[in-house]
Amino acid sequence: MAFHDPTADALQAPARPDKGRSLWTDARRRFFRNKAATVSLIALVLIALFAFFGQFLSPFDGETVDFTLIGVNATQGVPSFETGHYFGTDQEGRDLYARTVQGTRLSLLIGLVGSLVAVVVGTLYGATSGYVGGRTDNAMMRIVDVLMSIPFMFVLILLLVMFGRSLLMLFIGIGLISWLSMARIARGQTLSIKNKEFVEAAVATGVRPLTIILRHIVPNLLGVVIVYATLLIPEMIIYESFISFLGLGVQEPNTSLGALISRGASQLGNGVPWQLGFPLFFFVVMLFAFFFVGDGLRDAIDPKDR
Amino acid sequence: MLSFILRRLLVAIPTILILIVISFVMMFAAPGGPFNSERPLPPEVMANIEARYGLDQPYLVQIFTYVKNIVLHFDFGPSFRLRDYSVTELIAQGFPVTLTYGFWAFLIAVVLGVALGVLAAIRHNTWVDYLATGSAIGASVLPNFVLAPILVLVFTLWLGWLPGGGWNGGQWQYIILPVIALATTYLAAIARITRSSMLEVMNSNFIRTARAKGLPMRRIILRHALKPAMLPVLSYLGPAFVAMITGSVVIDVFFSTGGIGQYFVNSALNRDYSVIMGVTILVGVLTILFNLVVDILYAWIDPKIRY
Repeated sequence: MAFHDPTADALQAPARPDKGRSLWTDARRRFFRNKAATVSLIALVLIALFAFFGQFLSPFDGETVDFTLIGVNATQGVPSFETGHYFGTDQEGRDLYARTVQGTRLSLLIGLVGSLVAVVVGTLYGATSGYVGGRTDNAMMRIVDVLMSIPFMFVLILLLVMFGRSLLMLFIGIGLISWLSMARIARGQTLSIKNKEFVEAAVATGVRPLTIILRHIVPNLLGVVIVYATLLIPEMIIYESFISFLGLGVQEPNTSLGALISRGASQLGNGVPWQLGFPLFFFVVMLFAFFFVGDGLRDAIDPKDR
Repeated sequence: MLSFILRRLLVAIPTILILIVISFVMMFAAPGGPFNSERPLPPEVMANIEARYGLDQPYLVQIFTYVKNIVLHFDFGPSFRLRDYSVTELIAQGFPVTLTYGFWAFLIAVVLGVALGVLAAIRHNTWVDYLATGSAIGASVLPNFVLAPILVLVFTLWLGWLPGGGWNGGQWQYIILPVIALATTYLAAIARITRSSMLEVMNSNFIRTARAKGLPMRRIILRHALKPAMLPVLSYLGPAFVAMITGSVVIDVFFSTGGIGQYFVNSALNRDYSVIMGVTILVGVLTILFNLVVDILYAWIDPKIRY
């Protein structure tokens, strides 16, 4: 051949014969090339460590009331290393550091549980709907549409009021909302997967539909599902904090970041800005980090959707 | 077009009915009635109260009367806690307030959001773009219940420019902070959506043709690019509306503006079922109607949609 084809070279160059690269290795490489996402991931790990092990660093727990500090918060309850109240105290004289640890943990848990429910229920629902197709698909998606057009926060509050404001009810309520958008996404992906040859092959060899969905469809949805699950976590955290901010969510002595922010905000005029500042800091950093990690994952796993 | 609207209405009506029935069923399923208190009432008194509120009727009759009164008279029944008020009266008091700042917040979010998004798109990869994108990301992690205290801290406590709460008959100073707190997150989201869809449209063939013809930039953007770029924004308006109505609850509670949200939260804390249900249903109906309008607008703008 007389002329040299640069495209062919470029195509051949990355295919190193020694080691094959899987989809996931590739995705990991792309993810860590994204600086914001990497930093956010580190921040998230630190916050998780703080939320689950932070209480061991402090001599106080979040429930003991120091009566000598009530009313003199602005002068005596200031954040300081000497007193051991790293983040100061709240207006009841409780250690704010311990409270923040507790609140961060609860907010994280809510986010993870809501997202987990979304992954399990939403993926199965969407995959079934998309795979079965036809009239069933129509009906199932119509239900999702109807549920989505209801302002869910109000129904969730209705639920909490009528069945009592407990942590379990909050988890159930958040779980009820979270799966809807995931079902839509999973269905959309399923529609394109179900026409692939390997599904056809499975059908031809007589695999039952349920097994096809679980064995062949769901694993192929995983990438997209992971991305949206990560992006759902901050959304769930915001939902919970919203309800707790209104005083309808987590009840004392338990607390969440939303509840802490609400209490801090109500004390704004009293010269104790740290009561708002510390919970707010963790809240904002956590949300930022989840958004960037989610974004980074999307670029890494699903590069066509940039 | 007319048949499309009719068909959408046919879907909307059952949705509203489902919402009403769900909230009603939840009320029956809930442990403990609205009149259960620490000190149990004598059974005769209880029977009297239940008769007064029609709770002694069979469930089906109750649901039927409830729906009938709402549809025919816009009557959501009496409040269970505030003895002298009906739910409709409470809504009539709070709704104008919510509507006022909600309207401004929505308008500002849409107009400024679209403007910012378009600007960022046509100045792609310049400092304008970076500034717009950066602040949009920042604003999207600041939900209104975080933004509201910060705004009060800065503009009321430090600068002393604006009042930190109250309504005062809707004077403009009292409207500004609620509107900013409510609008910012959605302004950011709209800006982001507009930017990316505008970028896509500006790279498409028909825009290249328009530029090749030598049309001025302003005309290309306003006449050709804006309309197709608005489609994703339009489909975001439905969720944004829901989120803003939900957000208004925080605004009402934090700024004590006296809107619907304040009644909603107070009655949620007092277990005043009829008020909560009334507000939930009202909000649901508003949302569904709004989505209907968005759908119709969508079909009108996008000629590819079949109806």
